[in-house]
Amino acid sequence: MTSTGETTELVGRSPHRVGGVDRVTGSQEYVADVRLPDALHIQLVTLDCARARIISIDTARAEEAPGVVMVMTADDLPQPVPRHGPQFQDRPVLAVGETKYHGEPVAAVVAETRRAARAAVELVTVEHEELRGGVFTLADALDPESPLVQSPQLRPDDPFAETNILAEHKYVWGEVDHAEADLVVDNTYQFPMITQFAIEPHGFMAAPQDDGITVWSSVQHPFLLQKTIARILGLPLARVRVLAPDPGGGFGGKQNPKYEPLVAFIALATRRPARLILGLGETFQTVRRTSATIRVRSGFDGDGTIVFQDFLSDFLIGAYVDIADRVVGKSNYLAAGPYRVPNVRIVARALLSHTTPSTAMRGFGIPQLSWARESNIDEAARQLGIDPLKLRLRNLAARGEEFIPGETAADGKWAETLEKAAELIGWDTDLPAGRGRGIAVGLKSGPTTGLSYATVRLLSDGSVVLYSGTSDMGQGARTIFAQIAAGELGTLVGSVRVVMGDTSLVPYDQQTSASRSSVLMGNAVLRACRDIQAKLRALIAAHYDLDESEVVVEEGMVMLPDYEMKITRAVGIALGRLGGEIIGNGELRVEGDPDHPLGGKAVFYELNCTACEVEVDTETGEIDLTRYVTVGDVGRALNPNQVTGQDEGAAIMGLGHTLMERMMLDESGRILNMGAVDYRILTAMDVPHQMISASVENADGPGPYGIKGISEGSLLATAPAVASAVTSACGVVIRDLPITPERIWRAKREQR
Amino acid sequence: MIAVDLTVNGRQHTLEVASDVFLLEALRDQLGLTGAKECCLEGECGACTVIVDGRSMNSCLILAAEVEGTAIVTVEGLADDGISNLQRSFLDNAAAQCGFCIPGQLMAAAALLQHNPSPTRAEIRQALAGNLCRCAGYEQIATSVYEAAASMAGADEETMR
Repeated sequence: MTSTGETTELVGRSPHRVGGVDRVTGSQEYVADVRLPDALHIQLVTLDCARARIISIDTARAEEAPGVVMVMTADDLPQPVPRHGPQFQDRPVLAVGETKYHGEPVAAVVAETRRAARAAVELVTVEHEELRGGVFTLADALDPESPLVQSPQLRPDDPFAETNILAEHKYVWGEVDHAEADLVVDNTYQFPMITQFAIEPHGFMAAPQDDGITVWSSVQHPFLLQKTIARILGLPLARVRVLAPDPGGGFGGKQNPKYEPLVAFIALATRRPARLILGLGETFQTVRRTSATIRVRSGFDGDGTIVFQDFLSDFLIGAYVDIADRVVGKSNYLAAGPYRVPNVRIVARALLSHTTPSTAMRGFGIPQLSWARESNIDEAARQLGIDPLKLRLRNLAARGEEFIPGETAADGKWAETLEKAAELIGWDTDLPAGRGRGIAVGLKSGPTTGLSYATVRLLSDGSVVLYSGTSDMGQGARTIFAQIAAGELGTLVGSVRVVMGDTSLVPYDQQTSASRSSVLMGNAVLRACRDIQAKLRALIAAHYDLDESEVVVEEGMVMLPDYEMKITRAVGIALGRLGGEIIGNGELRVEGDPDHPLGGKAVFYELNCTACEVEVDTETGEIDLTRYVTVGDVGRALNPNQVTGQDEGAAIMGLGHTLMERMMLDESGRILNMGAVDYRILTAMDVPHQMISASVENADGPGPYGIKGISEGSLLATAPAVASAVTSACGVVIRDLPITPERIWRAKREQR
Repeated sequence: MIAVDLTVNGRQHTLEVASDVFLLEALRDQLGLTGAKECCLEGECGACTVIVDGRSMNSCLILAAEVEGTAIVTVEGLADDGISNLQRSFLDNAAAQCGFCIPGQLMAAAALLQHNPSPTRAEIRQALAGNLCRCAGYEQIATSVYEAAASMAGADEETMR
């Protein structure tokens, strides 16, 4: 992949979102809006505790209830009960003998209406014995007396099989134990359990189809789902059709299969379409972010140069692995941040627990690491009496510098991002009395492998149909692919139809994650357009009896030796009497490296600098966000309005885990605050007084026209920036998120 | 089952519902108006917001039976033809990302503008405080409403001249 530095007139423009009209008129179809005639409705049967031994399930009364067609239990499934998961096939379709987290489905009621299904759930009797002493905290997970969350039989060759440590990841360079530092700062930081809370709860449907099955899901990775269903049902891929309507927000929580296999089995058993739409509370039991306890020990010279960083990082991942071990491994690899650090030791552990299985969530572990590392750096800055911005700039890797041995070098002029953030927050200006300022940096790597195909059809009138397997969950993927095609093929964005979300129509895409799509799928789309341009060139040359070298096709134009015309006109000429269309295919493949600890080097980095200014009311502990700045190193902003929308949205989401979000469990591992009333996310009333987002654009990314991936950067460093500002305002140091008014108030009292 | 007569988006309907069916379910399942969305189902997120006799309400908390004889407006009824100024402003200002909260935001905004044609940004934020969004930072939504109000006030002035 190369950035050619080229551009089209649509790069840097913000045409209306493709799919925007449907969204503002209510005609956008999300999975719960899809009506299937004759569909059955499913409600899950779960228990009111995390751990229980299932003694028996009596479904007779439920099955006799009006409208109920069947009640599925583990006994109705193939034996042994099929398991699935993107990393390990550990998650059973229904709980087998024991529930391992609050909300693990034990049975499923299937009825003609939702109301009948809901009523019949009450009639299913699950005789069970609650098992005391579950693993709900890090201490529980590390205690050798604790029960094992996962049966050792599932991990036959694993040295950790008799513990609740799923895996340990170690990254070491230099000699941490022999490094001499003038100052050592050693602190432990906590990042709580939080949940994605997409406004659209997950939804799944399945319908038997001739010799196969169609599955609908609000899923971010339709092809992964297709593969999972095909394997579990023993069907050829070509007989499994996944329809993936644009999700109403994903944030990682909709990447990997959850209950689709269950719904598929029900559809096949009943030979009818079957539909399961989760309630918001059920999503808390289904997906969450990995929580973490991170100890950072950092050594500095008196002038602020970082000498060593030493991390012990424990992530509590839940009852099934999903993609959480990848979160732990990948994020901790970047624990030391975008800095030049000669001596680093990172020991990271993924620990199982009797809690909601965690999965990917925006930032993929980096918000947790940044919270710890950046807060620790701030502590050093305070103790050394050095400006925290200057300390970071001193240590920041320069573009082209290999700041992790053997890894992709720093791919941006990162200092520009920090300097822009500092300028926008007014870092060097006088601070009004009672206010504090903080600044922090976050670094995340993009994908390490990838495979995206795109097909583009240039129709006879110059309009375009584009096929892509990316999932547009709000980040605006449809729009930027349409912009690329429209710019390359010389048509209007409004004349590009973008087809997504149907595995029987669109070619393969590995997944939508890691901010990859503008770079990987973007390049596949670009290559498909270039393929069309090459074919058009050949046809035009033949038509005008020219050598191909005399014809240039680029940026929507066809240039002949003494004449030029738009592609929209040329295509009619090129296609001749019979008409037709020109089809282009593009592929972007990143093979990776099996010997690399992460399976491959980073394709690009997302670097963000966040700065904020706050006022703290020490009587109540309330924080007033007077100004908030987020700046990202984006390469190029292909659609600036969409970049702003994603950056501001990520910042608000970051403020959520910084100020108010936390899932709370009782002693039985029951989630106490499921739902919107007791789990707070930011509302329109909670936004900073001033929110400023900006981009640094040096066209130095590997995507089309020099773009890099975005959408995760702006929540990486929110928490440490706010915490730093709070300390600056009132002297209180908080190391456990969220920074609630109660915590500030208590800390202030303890200070006295 | 009971019969409930009401007007939705200007059209008369008679719904046949059980007494405990919520308006949201009736709109989505019986009338096929799926613009109003299900999310929290406890009146906190606003994804189900509709307008009932001029007031914005969470349709997940209202029984269909309670709104007998009322005039309901859903997002599908915001414009008779094409899209309204408010909807256009949402497009122009890139307010919709995943779009799931947008029908609710639009209805809360439409209700606000009916009563307060020139709201301040603070008044807009307050009126839409019950509409959660997880994708955006709320800024572009507020700007959309503010500019829609300004453009409609401008249009009124034009008409009056």
